[in-house]
Amino acid sequence: MELRKPPPVRRLSGSESVPLRQPPADSNAHANGHGPAFVGRPRRAGASPIAIDRMQVEQLSVAYGAKRAVDSVSLPIRQGEVLALIGPSGCGKTTLLRSLNRLTELTRGTSSTGRITLDGTDIASMESTALRRRVTMVFQQPNPFPMSVFDNVAYVLREQASRRPKRAVLRGAVQDALGRAGLLEEVADDLDHAALRLSGGQQQRLCIARALAANPEVLLLDEPCSALDPRSTKLIEDLIVKLRDDVAIVIVTHNLQQAYRIADYVAFMYLGELVEYASAQRIFGSPRERRTKEYVSGAFG
Amino acid sequence: MSALGASLSPSQSPPGRRTGASPSWRLSDRIGLGFAWLLGLLFCAIAASIVLYFLIEGIQYLRPSLLVTNPTASVNESQTGGFLDPLLGTVIVALMAMAVAIPTGIGIAVWLSEFGRPSALARVTESCIEMLAGTPSVVLALFGTILFEAPALGFLSQTSRGIVLGQSFFAASAMLSLVGLPMVVATVREGLQVIPSHVREASYAVGKTKIATTRRVLLPAARPSLITGSMLGLGRVIGDTAVVLLLLGGTLTFSNANSTPVLGTLRGTGDTLTGYIYYNAPTGDGNQPSKAYAAAFVLMLIVLALNLGVDFALRRSRARLWN
Repeated sequence: MELRKPPPVRRLSGSESVPLRQPPADSNAHANGHGPAFVGRPRRAGASPIAIDRMQVEQLSVAYGAKRAVDSVSLPIRQGEVLALIGPSGCGKTTLLRSLNRLTELTRGTSSTGRITLDGTDIASMESTALRRRVTMVFQQPNPFPMSVFDNVAYVLREQASRRPKRAVLRGAVQDALGRAGLLEEVADDLDHAALRLSGGQQQRLCIARALAANPEVLLLDEPCSALDPRSTKLIEDLIVKLRDDVAIVIVTHNLQQAYRIADYVAFMYLGELVEYASAQRIFGSPRERRTKEYVSGAFG
Repeated sequence: MSALGASLSPSQSPPGRRTGASPSWRLSDRIGLGFAWLLGLLFCAIAASIVLYFLIEGIQYLRPSLLVTNPTASVNESQTGGFLDPLLGTVIVALMAMAVAIPTGIGIAVWLSEFGRPSALARVTESCIEMLAGTPSVVLALFGTILFEAPALGFLSQTSRGIVLGQSFFAASAMLSLVGLPMVVATVREGLQVIPSHVREASYAVGKTKIATTRRVLLPAARPSLITGSMLGLGRVIGDTAVVLLLLGGTLTFSNANSTPVLGTLRGTGDTLTGYIYYNAPTGDGNQPSKAYAAAFVLMLIVLALNLGVDFALRRSRARLWN
């Protein structure tokens, strides 16, 4: 098994904040010394003790008009694991992700077959607003709302367009969400700061805080770091790994090194099909499928 | 910087803006640039001369007393009084017209930009608004005269011997709101459309409905265009003459329909500053140029104040998004 060397990537793992443990010794990749160790070590410290099935995707196919974007995909989504969706552009990763909270419905002409369940309930039978509070999402572009940091989070906590409950009541919950997203320390003394004045990385963490404020079971991330600098990327990667025990995480990424660093499981998609779904070590170390191997070694995509 | 932030940021000069032709330019480009400069300066000069002329002409006839005395009909110019009534008329008409145009306009803009279903109806509405924007106000006024002479709408104006007069503040304001409406719709709609779709999706993705998203995210984000649109509409309403002459009566003073305090006035006829200027222009029936100049000066001051107000409000609402 010979992996072609990707171009050198700046190591993101530093010793200053999170001591990163060695990957398990039984890893194939590292055992024979060809592992992509220079892309950064996995941020996870072994498997999480928790593994709760949250969502189940069963034979899902999604089409935009006549164009099929996702083709009979089945996979589980578990709390305690980070699932990364990888694959070349236009392979259906984002469509699959958006199907999980039915955001695909917003695009006209979308049709889908198959079933997705959340804690055993078919999501098609749920109220879309209720579903989206349990399966929240963070986007590629940091997109805080044009209001204060506090209001960005409080907006999620309040009922629809209501202005109630008042600030004082929500303060604790808002701070909690900001804390979970690792932003509280930076904004604690000025929660009325305009969200659009934050830096890009802070804005993205605010978006994560916003998504966490609803207390979701599943958190969807659509290339959350692609618009960010390496430092902010590192912060968010650390955060994702930290969050995996509280909430099931699905992340779409074009950055294979990132998938390697943070994911427990990886799903490789190609032309709408799920080519391979396996543990990150397997996908990056000894993939079963030829196409997976070619993709992760940089032969195409 | 997020995409939303970028789209809301104050206008930035385009990169690489240049003021002079570079030596490497072709001759035709240099001549083109020269023309652009010349025309720009020419229009500046025209605008400045209009403003300056009326400032100078107007200010020598403007007496504080003109603002507080009622106009009177007289051959002697010194006894024709001031223009208190037209001034108040302008204020009343502007307030009433915009009270209708702003909420309606925002509603239509939100519907067109955010809902737009059924799409055939949305397209028709769009064309109607565009048509309205292009309709001369005198045509709207003419339509208004037919509409408000209908017996069923008699309660909005005066009725004499069974004939509905059809001229009143109600009638004029109703038609003037149609003059201001297209401005509000176009500007607010544009303001909503520059908000990237992923901002809407971010709100849906935490379980918010379309209504809640519009109310709490989109309209606040579009506040600057909301202010601009309202002020542009208001400017057109204040500046309109045709509707005032045909539907407000163009009477020198307020002539109340009856003695009921507010309703009587609104059902009665009156005038606005534009109507007053029309009447007193050198070629008008009144022919008292000094009064016309003074009134024009006041009207321009109002418009200028409105512009400054918009600037201030925009700065503040941008600051609110950013601070």
